[in-house]
Amino acid sequence: MDIPYIVETRPDTGLANGKLGIWLFLASEVMLFGALFSTYIILRVGAPEWPHGELNVWLGAGNTVILISSSVTMVMAWASLKMKDWGKHRLYLMLTVGLALFFLVNKYFEYAEHVRMHELPSHSTFFAIYFTLTGLHGLHILGGVVVMLYFLGPGAKMWKANPDQFTNRIEYTGLYWHFVDLVWIFLFPVLYLL
Amino acid sequence: MSDSSDIKSHLGKYWMIGAALLVFTGITVAANQLHLVVPLAITVALVIAITKGSMVAAVFMHLSHEKKWIYGSLILTVVFFIVLMTIPFLTINDTIGTPIHVSAPEHTGH
Repeated sequence: MDIPYIVETRPDTGLANGKLGIWLFLASEVMLFGALFSTYIILRVGAPEWPHGELNVWLGAGNTVILISSSVTMVMAWASLKMKDWGKHRLYLMLTVGLALFFLVNKYFEYAEHVRMHELPSHSTFFAIYFTLTGLHGLHILGGVVVMLYFLGPGAKMWKANPDQFTNRIEYTGLYWHFVDLVWIFLFPVLYLL
Repeated sequence: MSDSSDIKSHLGKYWMIGAALLVFTGITVAANQLHLVVPLAITVALVIAITKGSMVAAVFMHLSHEKKWIYGSLILTVVFFIVLMTIPFLTINDTIGTPIHVSAPEHTGH
């Protein structure tokens, strides 16, 4: 039995099921990161003093540029599919994966420097919340990379069998990816600048 | 937004928004170099972050023209998110367990 409303929209919601599903998932993600941001506020307001200049602002700003660029390439990957340009879709999706990996490599060097300086989560409240927030965000990046690699590899076969469904899947992946970018847009000033 | 020609008309907007986001990132870092007082620095950084976040959500995530079911689920999320962000402020007013400071009786000298 075929699952209904994968491509065509439901008459009651006007949406394909996957679209509503990814938005409900993102809503739960807002609450997950919201809980951690809320924790950050409690810790910061309650702390007698809060460290400044512990993180490399330029590395953080560089990673912001990388993620924003990856959001642009991601939306272009989806737009290329809508215009039936398979080659450009592949190029933009590969660029997105490349930028995501670049972000993770930068993060690795940043973490390695903190470990070298013995600035582990047990070092201070600041580093505890820093590693928790950026670690969870990094895992989301990794998850996005796995999904995109799937659509560059075995998942790409769907384009020939059902191009509309494949395009929808890339749209949902893009929505997730833009959300990950959006979280970093707030993490960067909160952790690196303030 | 499903028509191919419709998408083509949006391509320029995607690049423009991407460029604007990069400019705003530059402004955030530049404002940080000015070493503003903490309340002003927090305000400036958060206003820019909210502006950038709104641009990503409105254009890249197509929230500027979505169906009402998505807006409905997001309004519910925003309400709960505001409650979540209010909790820290409730803890500031929480005085349970805080010793009450009673002024010591005046020493009469006898």
